Order: sequence, then structure tokens, then C-alpha cells
Amino acid sequence: MHSQELIIVGAGPAGMTAAVYAARKKLNALLLSYNIGGQVLWTSGVENYMGYQFIEGVELMRKFEEQVKEFPLEMRIGERVTALSRNENSFILTTDARENYESQAIIIATGKRPRQLNVPGEEKLQGRGVTYCAVCDGPLFAGESVAVIGGGNSALEAVDDMIKIAQHVYLVSLTPLTADPVLVDRVRKARNLTTFLEHEVTEIQGRDRVEEIRIRGLRSKQERELSVSGVFVEIGLIPNSDPFKGLVQLNHLGEIEINCANETNIPGVFAAGDVTNVPEKQIVVAAGEGAKAALQAHRYLRRLGI
Amino acid sequence: MVRQVKLYTTPTCPYCKMAKKFLDDHGIKYKEFNIVEDKAARDEMKNKCKSLAVPTICFNDEVIIGFNEVELRKKLGL
Repeated sequence: MHSQELIIVGAGPAGMTAAVYAARKKLNALLLSYNIGGQVLWTSGVENYMGYQFIEGVELMRKFEEQVKEFPLEMRIGERVTALSRNENSFILTTDARENYESQAIIIATGKRPRQLNVPGEEKLQGRGVTYCAVCDGPLFAGESVAVIGGGNSALEAVDDMIKIAQHVYLVSLTPLTADPVLVDRVRKARNLTTFLEHEVTEIQGRDRVEEIRIRGLRSKQERELSVSGVFVEIGLIPNSDPFKGLVQLNHLGEIEINCANETNIPGVFAAGDVTNVPEKQIVVAAGEGAKAALQAHRYLRRLGI
Repeated sequence: MVRQVKLYTTPTCPYCKMAKKFLDDHGIKYKEFNIVEDKAARDEMKNKCKSLAVPTICFNDEVIIGFNEVELRKKLGL
């Protein structure tokens, strides 16, 4: 069993900033994360992080990482936390590498991940036509028919990219479109776009790769099949809070509830960044929240006399 | 023993950059194919690797679709 004063879970902007602040306080801290960079890695360009007029997401996170590595701080990358439990005087984190980590205080900064449809066929056909990264995989479907699922900005941006290269694009949204009107206007007149509003996807079918999807009208209940070779799922993000939900309080969105001192309902467990109920999901906000959480954790540990 | 590692990418894919960084950081040599420009490589990825997503990483008889650090570490013996 590894034992620490503080474990920071997640190495996005919140977790890495917390790590720097913890290291500067000379806490015996561990940064434990599945990857380095979190959601920022999916962002192609960042134009609102102060100090940089423009920087690629990957590059910004590389700079964060370099700064963390300036300090003698232990890092375990490549493990996913699966559970958090409480001992008499400490917390235990368990990971998918079947390791246990004990700590006096925890900062949860695990961010969010793309929401899945949770329909039959989705999991089996991931990477075989079902994709959650339109900007990555779009070019693979040039000249073919695809479906974009969702009605927000990400979905409409995917539609805008795909109408230029795909044979036909079907847009399937559970609700009326919620994307910015400027995006909706940009695709409205495309001849190769068919839109199904207030429709749900019920199944994705195919043997080795996606061949068709089944959709159903919410009101009409009418079902239809669409022949597509790609399904771009763009239905928002969900917080990575599952391993912690038995212990810390979540809101109705599954976000960890914190107060303005980044404290959860459990003394000693702090949270920061997009996994929390702080409404602004921004890199600069997450970094600030990470700093706050580390300073609060430091105060907490000093109060404990550690 | 890991033989020739092939990495299929698109220029707009952030996960591909992560995969490249991971391989570079661990000193693993690989050959990169930009499947937007290289149609033969695109067909090879689709037909031989049975993959429709990037990054796709192929070596020996292994195919890893998407950037999955845990799986990569395991299969590359890191």
C-alpha cells in the first residue's frame, strides 16, 4: 500500500495546477491519473488562456506537465481510479491496476468524458464506425453516408465538417436544435443533409462495421432505418464521478458538489475543475480551482497536525 | 519483441498527437501514415486492421484502436 499526505486524482488543468501548489507547500503528494492533459487534449486551439493568444491544447498541456515535473512530486500515470473508501483516519483509492493508495486528503479533479448513447451495438462498433471524435475520424468517411447524433454546438460543427466530404449526412437530435443559430444557418441549406428532430437512436447495427442505425420519432413512435457507415456521437459530456459517488455528494448532473473552498461533504476530500458543480467549464477556471483546492487541502492537513 | 510499429493518424486528431508523444517518450520507433493523404494506408487500416478510427496502432498481430495508454503499456511490455 502506498501512503501519502495528499493524492490528486486527475491530471488536467485542475489536477496539474493543484500538484504545483501542493509541491510548493512541500506536501508529500501523489498525482494519480489515467492520462496527462484531460479534456484539453481534445481541443484543437485555445484562445482564452491568459498568456497565450493562441496555443494548441496538446501544447498547453505539455507546458503544464513540464511545470509539474520541475518539482519532486510523485506521479502515477496510466491508472484509472475505480473506488474511493474511507478508513478510520484516512482514505483509500483503488485503481484498475489493482493498486491501493492511502492518503490523509484527496483532491478529485477527474474532469468529464463524452456521453455515450447506451444503445445496443454502440460498444461493439466503437472504432468500427461509431466515433466520439468527429474532428479525428471525419476524413475516414469521405464519400460515404454518416449520421451525427446530437443537437448542440459540437453536433452542428460535426455536420458542418461532414456535409463537405460525405455523400449524405443525417442529423438526429432528441430535442430541437440547441446549437448557436450561426452554426444552424451554416448547414441549413446543405443538399446532402436530412434532419430528424425529436428522434432517438434505438440501435446501431453491423457485423464488423456500422451498416445502419435505427431511429424512432418521440411523438410519432415511427421507426426507420438509415444506411450509414459512420455514427458521430456528439451528445455532451458527463462527469467522471462514478468512483466517488458512494462517498461524496453529487448533484443531479452527477457533478461533485463543492463549496467556495472546494470542500465536498466529506472533510478531507476536495474537488476541482469540470467534475464539480462550478458552472464555468473553462481551462482557466479549472486551473484556478485546482490552486484553491490544493491550498485548502494544505490548510486541512496542517489543522490535522500533519 | 515488438516489430515495426505502424501509426495511422489524421492531422486534426488530438489523440494521435498523444499517441505520438507516448511512443516518442518511451523511445519506440514507429512509422506514421496520414490517412487523409495516403489512400493506400487508409485502405490498409480499414481492411487489414479492421479499424475506422484514429489513432490506430499496429504491430506484430496487435491492433490498438484509439489512444489507450493502459493497453499500450501492456501490449508493448512497458
